[in-house]
Amino acid sequence: MSASAPSSGLFDCRDAYVRAVEELAIADDRIVAVVNDSVGSSKLGKFRDRFPHRLVNVGIAEQNMVGIGAGLANGGKIPFVSGASCFLTARAMEQIKVDCAYSNSNVKLCGISSGVAYGELGATHHSIEDVAWLRAIDNLTVIVPSDPWETAAAIKAAAEMDGPVFIRISRMPVPQIARAEGASFAIGKAEVLRVGNDLAIIANGTLLHQAVAAAQDLAAEGISARVVNMATVSPLDAEAIAACAATGAIVTAEEGLASGGLGGAVAELCARHHPVPMRMLGFPGFLPTGSAAWLMDRFGLNANGIAAAARELVGR
Amino acid sequence: MGTPQQYPATGDAALDIGGKAQRARHVGERANWMRRRLLGMIVAAGQGHPGGDLSATDIVAALYFDILRFDPTAPLAPSRDRFILSKGHCTGALYTALAGAGFFPEADLDTYLQPGSRLNGHPNRTYLPGVETNTGPLGHGLPVGVGIAVAGQIDNADYRVFVLTGDGELQEGSMWEAAMFAGHRGLGNLTVIVDRNRLQQGARTEDTNSLEPLGGKWASFGWQVVEVDGHDHAALLAAFDDACAPRNQPRVIIANTIKGKGVSFMENQAGWHHGVPNPEQYQQALAELEAEIHA
Repeated sequence: MSASAPSSGLFDCRDAYVRAVEELAIADDRIVAVVNDSVGSSKLGKFRDRFPHRLVNVGIAEQNMVGIGAGLANGGKIPFVSGASCFLTARAMEQIKVDCAYSNSNVKLCGISSGVAYGELGATHHSIEDVAWLRAIDNLTVIVPSDPWETAAAIKAAAEMDGPVFIRISRMPVPQIARAEGASFAIGKAEVLRVGNDLAIIANGTLLHQAVAAAQDLAAEGISARVVNMATVSPLDAEAIAACAATGAIVTAEEGLASGGLGGAVAELCARHHPVPMRMLGFPGFLPTGSAAWLMDRFGLNANGIAAAARELVGR
Repeated sequence: MGTPQQYPATGDAALDIGGKAQRARHVGERANWMRRRLLGMIVAAGQGHPGGDLSATDIVAALYFDILRFDPTAPLAPSRDRFILSKGHCTGALYTALAGAGFFPEADLDTYLQPGSRLNGHPNRTYLPGVETNTGPLGHGLPVGVGIAVAGQIDNADYRVFVLTGDGELQEGSMWEAAMFAGHRGLGNLTVIVDRNRLQQGARTEDTNSLEPLGGKWASFGWQVVEVDGHDHAALLAAFDDACAPRNQPRVIIANTIKGKGVSFMENQAGWHHGVPNPEQYQQALAELEAEIHA
């Protein structure tokens, strides 16, 4: 399955994000949105029209945006601070560390158009380091939702939680993942999408549906893959990873750096407690220019790439 | 200056029965106590930032012992006035004020910088009551203060926000991002005090990356600008009283100060940015400060 495959059943997670923030704002007047001239790219136009006094647009100033978010939280608000993930995280890293995480401020950071969504714009606009950077910061919850349902659920869970949260919101078209009736989302709790005992595939974000597709392909070849959605990268669900390690091999897949992010987090835990052979799929570093779909395929971040890594690991 | 405005008294301000002179005398007494106490803390800890502590002491004393409205037993009460120490290294001034104002026992000051103490080298709100936001890296306090003021503006709340910044700190770009936005929003509930001691860690501000014309910079960002002697308690109180009057612009009080103020051998010496007096110097400093009480 190619990341570029067009389909009528694909969604932009920003739509689910703004719907969730609007629903929260209707019910709770503490909800405010803070943006860096990114009303359009964050799709917050309707929010602004509906709640003009609760949309704080600081202009192009990310350090100020995050500091103001922490101040709004001090003043009793629940701010959703939203901007392109590349700028929000890299430019305002010290504000995220000090004003949000270290100060334990109730700020919800939304990294929009994360990963390689801005493929053609080049490495300045790619945000493939964000998860690696942010998971190194103590007291900061990091969530990478996979589809519209999970995006909305993560936004609502973040609002309910008292403390700083980063939510990575893709604009890459993704399908809605098929889930059992009554499925629920909880911060810090991984989701088992498929059981299997030859190996485990741990993925999140835009790679999750590719992991599911890879497991289907592998099943046809007689390889039984467990598929786990590790939407919360920090804090990590150690129990779920132990169960993955029990299969004997782990492939991780993420729309981010191959080291330091989800794969790095899983590898650290496995190295300490359950060493197993691993393959960590992600990007190697600064990337060439190309569409998001082209970059994903070029670096094997699709079902074929995941399946190939799985075969190699189990020796088939 | 406009007409000084009286505010409902809380805490030490309740002592204000004799008007401006008595208020100024009271602030002066507390500032003198803060100076002696913070020097003792630095000597005991074997480290600290005495120069900046002493330049900021009178400003912090005026705020905590007269101007700010708070209840130290309810440090997170939504209606409280907020004070942010953007120059987060000057904890000697902040901690003595917080202890003096009743946020925590005065005896805790003796744990300053000791292993495991709540009294960090830079303030931490998660374990020290009265601290609004963690500071330390320069350039953080003003954006947070602007955010609190925006929250107050959205809610039409009564509380006021005061941010104390160093002058060297104004070389950080984030301060001007925040200043620009505060001017744009017309944040009349926000007051910045610049501790204008003209010295940064290594040298004079004007020799490093000059700030002047400082008032003109703030004015061009949409701020009301007031300049005072940052060690004149009556002048500081008048400036704060005036800053508390209704307005639709943020205000900056440029407080001209002396780094190391109150200890003759520390005054205007960049070398006392960090530094610990030896026993002899400490005794001399205490003697000078005690002489001031009886002056």
